[in-house]
Amino acid sequence: MRQKNRGLGLFTFFIYLFLLGPLVIIAFASFEPGSAMKFPPQGFSLKWYQNIFEVSMFKTSFITSILVSLAGNLLALLLGLPAAYALSRFQFRGKAALNAIFISPVLIPGIVLGFTMLKYVIITYNLPVYSALLIGHTVIMLPFIIRVIASSLANFDFAVEEASLSLGAGRLKTFFTVVLPNIKSGIIAAVLIAFLESFNNVDISVFMTGPGISTFPIQMLLYVENNFDPTIAAISVLLMLFTAVLMFIIERLMGLSYFTKR
Amino acid sequence: MKKSYLTLLLLPGLVFLAAFMVIPILLTVGSTFYHEGRFTVEGYLYFFKDPYFLKILWTTLRVSLVTTAICMLLGFPTAYFISQQSPRKKALLLALAIFPLLTSSVVRSFSWTIILGKKGLLNNMLLSVGLIQEPLNILYTPTAMMIGLIHLFLPLIIITLVGVMENIDTDLVKAAESLGANRFAAFCRVVIPLSVPGLIIGGILVFVGSLTAYTTPALLGGKQQVISTFLYQNAITLNDWYLASVVATIMMVITFVIIMIMNMLANKLNPKG
Repeated sequence: MRQKNRGLGLFTFFIYLFLLGPLVIIAFASFEPGSAMKFPPQGFSLKWYQNIFEVSMFKTSFITSILVSLAGNLLALLLGLPAAYALSRFQFRGKAALNAIFISPVLIPGIVLGFTMLKYVIITYNLPVYSALLIGHTVIMLPFIIRVIASSLANFDFAVEEASLSLGAGRLKTFFTVVLPNIKSGIIAAVLIAFLESFNNVDISVFMTGPGISTFPIQMLLYVENNFDPTIAAISVLLMLFTAVLMFIIERLMGLSYFTKR
Repeated sequence: MKKSYLTLLLLPGLVFLAAFMVIPILLTVGSTFYHEGRFTVEGYLYFFKDPYFLKILWTTLRVSLVTTAICMLLGFPTAYFISQQSPRKKALLLALAIFPLLTSSVVRSFSWTIILGKKGLLNNMLLSVGLIQEPLNILYTPTAMMIGLIHLFLPLIIITLVGVMENIDTDLVKAAESLGANRFAAFCRVVIPLSVPGLIIGGILVFVGSLTAYTTPALLGGKQQVISTFLYQNAITLNDWYLASVVATIMMVITFVIIMIMNMLANKLNPKG
């Protein structure tokens, strides 16, 4: 019996080695002083970290990515928060279907979503690339905003809201003074999760590039097509640190159990 | 009053999705059947008669199937081990599985180029211990793509299964054991059947994810195309939007059929009814 668990433990260890090993290797390779990536590195240098800031496309695309993710997040929150509240609070006909529609952007292949948006949002609707990028990112963030806020509302006792309403506070006032403060951490977690989804997105953004407009991951892909130096490894390390920090905050806000639910 | 209130809350989001997602998708699907002023299915005939296109579709399906099978085989025991740990250890292991999921897929796929390349870590190791004489050509092949996809999706099936296994009543396992089943039999007769719905849901996520993944095949697959890179190539490089729309429709149909079949299976196999 003990023996079997030890075997399983060793198995799990190898699985984690497989999952995390490549990320550790890329971190080591980022310190390589030479111009080709190697593991183990042949020395220690931070010059490829410096190089990130010297490639101008990284700078502009980083700013584009941050702006699109932040503005899209705000838009997704404005559309998603009322929807999440309605879907959690009330029972009504067609609720399941509405739920499915709001979640559907994660079920439709990203590359299909990107292509159809290029075809209609940019060409037929004739919207500028920048707005289309913003719209595309808002669409993919909506399901995450709605799901995370809904799971936060599932733990909220709506009797408290009833009490406030019956004491004469209006619906809007009740929402902002009673409901909102109670789901604040859920909302912040939703924003952070959606931000990561948007910032890392490739499938939509790859169709939405224009003169001087492109997101950060797309520029990373372009860069590795033509260069094999450790710059991307250095970027990877910074992105992983950033991800770890956001994940730590998400964990503090609402734990990680959201990720295990399907 | 209640109805207009509901409308006020839901309508903005719905209008937004309708305008920017539903209508573009419906028009794209429609455009594949109505081409150059008449109703036609030519696009589909063109696609399904061409051996090169079929080979891309077949490679995609094969790679996705193998990826899903391996993820299930590796993920199940791992998830079981995690679900048996103390809450602190479990939280740590879950966090370590969620972290790669939140990390950029460009970073995760790119990391394999250092390992699988001709002068990469794997070849250096194998050459130095004398297992091979010539460096292996793994990078830019379907195998590299598969490794990248397994790396991408294994955490997803692990955390899905942990979520399901956590809900299995440990009293059931204890009851089976007290009735004379040994630990292994209890595992086979109680844990496995109760985990099947989770395994199926995790399986759908991995299969659909690999079927539609773009970044990993683009970075690791080399010249070997899959259906998503083929769609991109037709839309952007070749400017053949008609064929791209046909491919997009085929991808959506396959995705929806799989989701529906697996959903039905999950409902049927759910021992709780």
